Amino acid sequence: MKVLVPIKRVIDYNVKVRVKPDGTGVDLSGVKMAINPFDEIAVEEAVRLKEAGIASEVVVVSCGASVCQEQLRAALALGADRALLVEMEETHALQLEPLTVAKLLKAICAKENPRLVFLGKQAIDDDANQTGQMLAALLGWPQATFASKVVVKADEAEVVREIDGGLETLAIKLPAVITTDLRLNEPRFASLPNIMKAKKKPLEVIKAVELGVALAPRVVTLKVSEPPKRKAGVKLSSVDELIERLKNEAKVIG
Amino acid sequence: MSILVIAEHDNQALNPATRAAVTAATTIGADIHLLVAGQGCQSVAEQGAQLAPVARVRHVDAPHYGAQTAENLAALIASLAEGYSHLLLPATAFGKNLAPRLAALLDVSQISDIIAIEAPDTFVRPIYAGNAWATVKSGDAIKVVTVRPTAFPPCGDGGGAAIETLPAGPDLGLVRLIERVLSRSSRPELAAAKIVVSGGRGLASKENYHRLLEPLADKLGAALGASRAAVDAGFVPNDYQVGQTGKVVAPELYIAIGISGAIQHLAGMKDSKVIVAINKDPEAPIFQVADYGLVGDLFQIVPELTEKL
Repeated sequence: MKVLVPIKRVIDYNVKVRVKPDGTGVDLSGVKMAINPFDEIAVEEAVRLKEAGIASEVVVVSCGASVCQEQLRAALALGADRALLVEMEETHALQLEPLTVAKLLKAICAKENPRLVFLGKQAIDDDANQTGQMLAALLGWPQATFASKVVVKADEAEVVREIDGGLETLAIKLPAVITTDLRLNEPRFASLPNIMKAKKKPLEVIKAVELGVALAPRVVTLKVSEPPKRKAGVKLSSVDELIERLKNEAKVIG
Repeated sequence: MSILVIAEHDNQALNPATRAAVTAATTIGADIHLLVAGQGCQSVAEQGAQLAPVARVRHVDAPHYGAQTAENLAALIASLAEGYSHLLLPATAFGKNLAPRLAALLDVSQISDIIAIEAPDTFVRPIYAGNAWATVKSGDAIKVVTVRPTAFPPCGDGGGAAIETLPAGPDLGLVRLIERVLSRSSRPELAAAKIVVSGGRGLASKENYHRLLEPLADKLGAALGASRAAVDAGFVPNDYQVGQTGKVVAPELYIAIGISGAIQHLAGMKDSKVIVAINKDPEAPIFQVADYGLVGDLFQIVPELTEKL
């Protein structure tokens, strides 16, 4: 079975983001970029399915400007077999929204016919948590979001999901969309030989316009601002002082 | 302008996050409807009818809505969406799972996890783990929005809306619930608690987490939370996690014990009214957001605090 893994290029999670003074967004210039961490977990899960003899091929895809090739190569170094870039101008890439990505991915699914699509549950830049569910809707496939365990069987997958009160297990019919939560697996590090091998793996570039999807956003960002800063408080010297302050100053305990 | 709020519930009780979504709806318009879809959920429909701002409850009952899976619910709600300007859901695991599927069926974008409403089409939402706020404007005819429960106060009771029972949609048969294992606790629910006692890697073991934090939480009537590091290390189950990808909490008092304060953890608790940090490292980032800090050995401080309270 073929597994498709869409990945997103985002600011590396270790980078402290800065809001641009003109309020148009966050500063991306000269900032280290990486595969969205949840997507990396999705790549890892797909590669493990291949290593277990369940998946026959792992295809990674990214929608964005040509720079996304860096992240596709990184995914190939983690064990994906080949990569697709749905390429567009930087201006479009910056305004890309989940519904548009889901439509582009639907077109890719029509070409590739995967049995499973693994995506990260959310990207750590816009924190939207939408693309997987939208893709599942557009394809008419079942979805299992926030997965912490996946067992793939012949015609269905059993997925343990992280929900607010605990865990639930769903059986979903294949083909299906699964989005990954943090504890599904721990992604491997790419070895140097695998990084070298990844350079020779196929990476096909498809122009987004050829997929017949309108790229203009429905939701426009009017402003990006710094959230109100919390002031650092005081360091206290004793438990007694803490209790006194909580009772009499903050008045949060009786 | 009519607004449909999708109720979150377990077929018996309305989830309190629904009340925050209803409050958010009141800032958009006055004709607020509540959809209660489930299996044997008549009592939830009755609870919904009590919510003061709700003008009408739309109740759909069928076995294939019992598990609240997104496939059947999204199809049902999409079929009811005509005539509504907004569909609002709580930004919980339930709402986050369902809302994007619903939006895509309607061919509209979705706005996630809003914390403020500036106009009926303009919303404020955190991005980059809360390190920036984006003000976004939707051009869609129907706005599908998830509402951060801690950002809007829960609406009260006192209403008496009519309950209208609607026919169910089809069972798509795509998914089956095998089991649901919910943490049972006599403590308040994490997302709604007035006081949260939260533990991190500094506690060093599952045994320490429970031995030190449970008596303190009992004394304070607090919910228990944890950092991602503590969850990953297996001290507590996933539903304890506070942060960008876990729960967002905003209690009156948040006590962070042995938590360094990674950005993604701060994203989940920095709107708490009062934050206390107990950590041995004076440079830990948690102290930059804490109102009161105690630098020292948590293994001495926490038992002393529990005893003296």
